[in-house]
Amino acid sequence: MEFFAAAFAMAYQFGDAFAFLVISCAGLAIIFGMMGIINLAHGEFIMCGAYVTASTARMGLPLPLAILCGALVAGIVGMLVERIVIRHLYQRPLDSIIATWGISLIATQGVLIVLGSTMQGIGTPLGSIEVGDRSYSAYRLVLMAAAVALLIGLYFLFYHTRFGVIARATIQRPQMAQALGVDTRRVYGLTFGLGAALAGLAGGLYAPTMTMVPTMGATFIVESFVTVVVGGADIFVGAAPAAVILAAIRASLTAWYGQLFGQIGLLIAVIVVIRVMPGGLSAWIKGTRQ
Amino acid sequence: MIKTWKTGISAAALAGAAALVAAGPGFAQDAIKIGVLEDQSGDFAAATNVKVHAIELAAEEINAAGGIDGRPVELVIYDTQSDNRRYQEFMRRVLQQDQVDVVFAGFSSASREAYRPIVNQFDGLAFYNNQYEGGVCDANMIVTGAVPEQQFSTLIPWMMETYGNNVYTIAADYNFGQISAEWVRQIVDENGGAMVGEEFIPLGVSQFSQTIQNIQASEADFVVTLLVGAAQASYYEQAASADVGLPMASSVNVGQGYEHKRFTPPSLSQMYVTTNYIEEIDTPESQAFLEKFRAKFPEEPYINQEAANSYIAMNLYKQLVERAGTTEREALREVIAEGDVCFDGPSGTVCLDPKSQHMSHTIFLAKVEEDHSISFPRVWENIAPYWLGDAGCDLTQNDPSAQYTPSNPPPAN
Repeated sequence: MEFFAAAFAMAYQFGDAFAFLVISCAGLAIIFGMMGIINLAHGEFIMCGAYVTASTARMGLPLPLAILCGALVAGIVGMLVERIVIRHLYQRPLDSIIATWGISLIATQGVLIVLGSTMQGIGTPLGSIEVGDRSYSAYRLVLMAAAVALLIGLYFLFYHTRFGVIARATIQRPQMAQALGVDTRRVYGLTFGLGAALAGLAGGLYAPTMTMVPTMGATFIVESFVTVVVGGADIFVGAAPAAVILAAIRASLTAWYGQLFGQIGLLIAVIVVIRVMPGGLSAWIKGTRQ
Repeated sequence: MIKTWKTGISAAALAGAAALVAAGPGFAQDAIKIGVLEDQSGDFAAATNVKVHAIELAAEEINAAGGIDGRPVELVIYDTQSDNRRYQEFMRRVLQQDQVDVVFAGFSSASREAYRPIVNQFDGLAFYNNQYEGGVCDANMIVTGAVPEQQFSTLIPWMMETYGNNVYTIAADYNFGQISAEWVRQIVDENGGAMVGEEFIPLGVSQFSQTIQNIQASEADFVVTLLVGAAQASYYEQAASADVGLPMASSVNVGQGYEHKRFTPPSLSQMYVTTNYIEEIDTPESQAFLEKFRAKFPEEPYINQEAANSYIAMNLYKQLVERAGTTEREALREVIAEGDVCFDGPSGTVCLDPKSQHMSHTIFLAKVEEDHSISFPRVWENIAPYWLGDAGCDLTQNDPSAQYTPSNPPPAN
């Protein structure tokens, strides 16, 4: 029993770190990893999802629906941003950095001015569970399940649906896809929207556990960029294993030496990976160099 | 990495977002210019926007009553964006370019230590209207916020008597958290308790599962939470949902960031905070202050301890200038040296201590109840900021312009 409780404690911490990395990086893995767009407004999509989730939940919508609402609104906002700004900058990555960074500034400052410096939270549902002599938040277990479900769902979407095949084809060989009659602009728009919706989903899932402020997206940014950079271009052979490795590093360092070393470990891992395998885990696993 | 780089540029881009608040007409003499550097956006904005409003309220009242010594007050306000570099930049700007007579500046201790050398360099005068970790012995600074001998020497022994001797501290990992934690350690030790854990959390961290587990694994009787900023405030929600169930003690929560209003009950229940003012304090002085404040700023989410301190500081400055007959700093300090600079404000009577240029406070022990209402189990009247003076800082004699801590006290001479 003693052993089981200790093992559960370790597994819980690992799962918690893993869930945070996967959920926060999923949107970025599509927009930055697959599409190659550096989107500095990613945190603001997360904030958008969280704010919509919190306000719809407070209006009485059940939390799961509120979270879907958050993801949906973030996705729609993402598609609008893609159509108005990003679409014109696909060949100009540096310009897209400036443009998305401007969007990020406008979004945080706009929310600050319109909605004020904080928003009331919604409280974490589901209470706690007892294992051994410690208690754990049950909602965090839901987050872990959501992370796994998210990976499985995306795998099916990209490898077993028509949209997924067309999206991958369009991103890898746009001219060829176009020659075969694919409306590539629409596919880009939808894929970007999907990435934004996943960012909104991250915000919605974590909204009940966090302080609601206009800058809240920023707390996800470092972790999500680190995971995507370590993972490389592919979500499944890249970002998912990257999240496993980084979660193990982070959970163990935080357990032994505290939060500061957890963060240091994460950043050292990314430096080592960039140096040793510039294409990230996915390129290394596939045995190719970019 | 990306975050810092991003906020760096974002701050630069917004650097132009400064505002000048003009004084009312009808004054013959030159205005007294007061620089106001506070965070109106960024991580700390929730706690500090209200300070700017308190200063605007005080300025309006002072101008309506004929100004300071017949001169109108003019505020020069810049948004420092919760960014230490903006403090340095704007401190130079108000002292050099705007030529203000006095500056009201700063929330985090990191920002204060960022701008203090600049105030020293240009030999200006700054009011720091925030509770902090104590120890600043600097003739260019007047501190109206509460310090550890006011907040911890009251709180920690009370908590140990009520809940037990085993203490776990989690603190923000910068000068405020580190030095405050040192104070807690020392007071726990003096009172025969034991530190069963101590963890420092980098600013901006928002995920606390492992920290929560470490606390549960310890034998703590209560947790001292010295967390700062919006991201770290996520701790309470996460600790409550993991059912930690331990009482919490703090010098910064509730009184600054009104977490009890922002979070869903009961995540903050059993939180104990020592503060010199919060809007729940039910005295006639507090009620009068709240009424004026709400009349001018009906949308204000919460009127916190820093708002009261900023308001008091404006009135203290008025008194200093009127008694000295000038805004010249040394003349103002001679008035302080007389030792009777007091003000009856929202938190009762407060006085400036000549040796440290810090302020005495009545300290309220605020307890957050199950439904997040506030009760006050204990009040300590008129606690002087005695530590610096006792340790050997005497600004009436010399000006070391240094910050001291229990492990690094003023040199004996």
